[in-house]
Amino acid sequence: MRPELAPFERHGLSDGQLAAMLRTMLLQRTLESRGFQLNRQGKIPFASASEGHEAVQAGAAMAFRRGHDILVPYYRDLGLALGIGLTAYDVLLSLFARAADRSGGRQFPHHYAARALGLQTISSLIAAQTCHAVGAAYAVKLRREAGRAVLTTFGDGATSEGEWHEAVNFAAVAELPVVFLCENNEWAISTPLSKQMGQPDVYKRAAGYGIPGAVVDGFDPIASYAAVAEAMERARSGGGPTLLEAKCYRFLSHTTDDDDRTYRTREEVAERRKDDPVPKFERFLIARGVLTLTDIEDLKSSVLAETNEATDRAEAMPYPPPAAAFENLYEGPWEPWQ
Amino acid sequence: MAVSASSKVMNNVETVRETLYEAMKNDDRTVILGEDVGDRGNVFLITKDFVKEFGPERVIDTPIAEASIVGIAVGMAMEGLRPIAEIQFADFIYPAFNQIVGEAAKTRYRSNGEYTCPLVIRTPYGGGVRGALSHSVSIEALFYHVPGLKIVAPAFPADVKGLLNAAIDDPDPVLFLEHKKTYRLIKGEVPGGHYTIPLGKADVKKAGTQLTVVSYGLYVHWALEAANQLETEGISVEVVDLRSIRPMDRGTILESVRKTRKLLIVHEDNKFGGVGAEISAMVAEEALFDLDAPIRRHCAPDVPAMGYALPLEEEYMSSPGEMAEAMREMARF
Repeated sequence: MRPELAPFERHGLSDGQLAAMLRTMLLQRTLESRGFQLNRQGKIPFASASEGHEAVQAGAAMAFRRGHDILVPYYRDLGLALGIGLTAYDVLLSLFARAADRSGGRQFPHHYAARALGLQTISSLIAAQTCHAVGAAYAVKLRREAGRAVLTTFGDGATSEGEWHEAVNFAAVAELPVVFLCENNEWAISTPLSKQMGQPDVYKRAAGYGIPGAVVDGFDPIASYAAVAEAMERARSGGGPTLLEAKCYRFLSHTTDDDDRTYRTREEVAERRKDDPVPKFERFLIARGVLTLTDIEDLKSSVLAETNEATDRAEAMPYPPPAAAFENLYEGPWEPWQ
Repeated sequence: MAVSASSKVMNNVETVRETLYEAMKNDDRTVILGEDVGDRGNVFLITKDFVKEFGPERVIDTPIAEASIVGIAVGMAMEGLRPIAEIQFADFIYPAFNQIVGEAAKTRYRSNGEYTCPLVIRTPYGGGVRGALSHSVSIEALFYHVPGLKIVAPAFPADVKGLLNAAIDDPDPVLFLEHKKTYRLIKGEVPGGHYTIPLGKADVKKAGTQLTVVSYGLYVHWALEAANQLETEGISVEVVDLRSIRPMDRGTILESVRKTRKLLIVHEDNKFGGVGAEISAMVAEEALFDLDAPIRRHCAPDVPAMGYALPLEEEYMSSPGEMAEAMREMARF
């Protein structure tokens, strides 16, 4: 087990910001449970899991300058998306694959895109997005957009991909304003870290690229915030890329279609649950006098009400009509034969 | 095409160079990225001295990493630049397949139009230059199956300019194929000033009445040579230059086939699953009863690519003589 959270170091965060981070974490967990519930009820075909990633994502989102920075996430970043402004209703529209979903019901859940939030569209292709983040950072640097940086995230499995290496290498060569944040949850579906890499620390590879690297407790939202904020500020001020690694854990199966009992023991998961970052942060905020138990109960009621309201609203919305399949393939109407 | 006062005679490689130069000069958002495009000025010297005028930030020498050359260009395009990515030889494009097919082609679709990918990927392809297994392949069939992409393969300098300009202006990803044997071999009048040729429009390069030959790239030139030979033998052949492979010009093909009532498709790429298969199927669906002979495809044999040894290359490639013979057989049918 990891120790309780480190002595209170605010890193400039106000009580309001700390409470906001906890609220994002609670909302993430509630929405994720909702996805699994809806799937088990037979209402949606699929949902995926990010339980165990709440702390690093709440911290990273707080370090992201909304409406200014660019986020190129992966599909396990629900909390990060919520933290930069995506709504519970957006998430439910995506889960239900409704016409009003930002992808028009085309994408899997948690494959968000929202240009107004700086949230770039992603696919499920592992590590492909890290190249896009580097291209975006190139545009930022070429246009001399001062004080702007790109944050891209990925799991530990993604670091095995050639495109991940190519992206980090080029960012280092061109000294681009981009932060690579690995959310190391130790599992790539069923493949453990020991089969993914020869040593367990992703951040150590930074030295090989000639860029700064750092590791942070991904169960600690404040430490995660501080690490990401420092790296983003370095990127914004012309200091080039950083490779960060947040050590977290995946508490649930990969998705509703996976069964983690086939590859890891209940004892392992139960042991790691003792470190669950959400109750840990609750205890911390109470102990430090930032929030009371009642405040936290109120937050939980509030995120549940928001989730319920979003569920009902989204479920009542229509599916995209079949003809929508033909829209937005290219600009304008399309026919391969002309 | 009307030749304007400022037109001049150029070969294909000079035309690519001039067109890229104008694009770089006219739009600050345009960047060129690829292997050896900067200080070396590209292995065919297409971007020679560009780096001196536009700087290394816009003429980007990349690491040897094709997947990220395209992947980074996709990210640039999504954030408002107009990247022109170069794959040094088409044979090296395979690592970028993921980014082209899985990412670039789906960017607009998967974000329902919120993000777009105005990207040009240029690459020299094709054989007849002793390029062996890894410097001579045709790749169009691997990509023309993919909705979300556009694919262009011009044969003449004037078409190179108009179609490259159209590709650069296009709001969606375009794969621009340059036949490397035509680079210096083929010269022609190129109109001055900025002009575009719409993607998806074929061009009848020679009118005829007894047989339609559809082709693209280097083989258009060889088909024209063969057709001119047949003209002296009293056989009138129409040669259609596709120019665009995706979208493809159904109207021009059908109009020609309905007139001549015979169709021969000639391409350098493998026959099995090649572009000719789609054209054959389309004509069979649309105009079967207008035909006086079975459709014929004169294409490469089913081997991976052309060998380095001259007899192996010649066995893989067609020739004006072989094309002429195929045309005679069709005319006699």
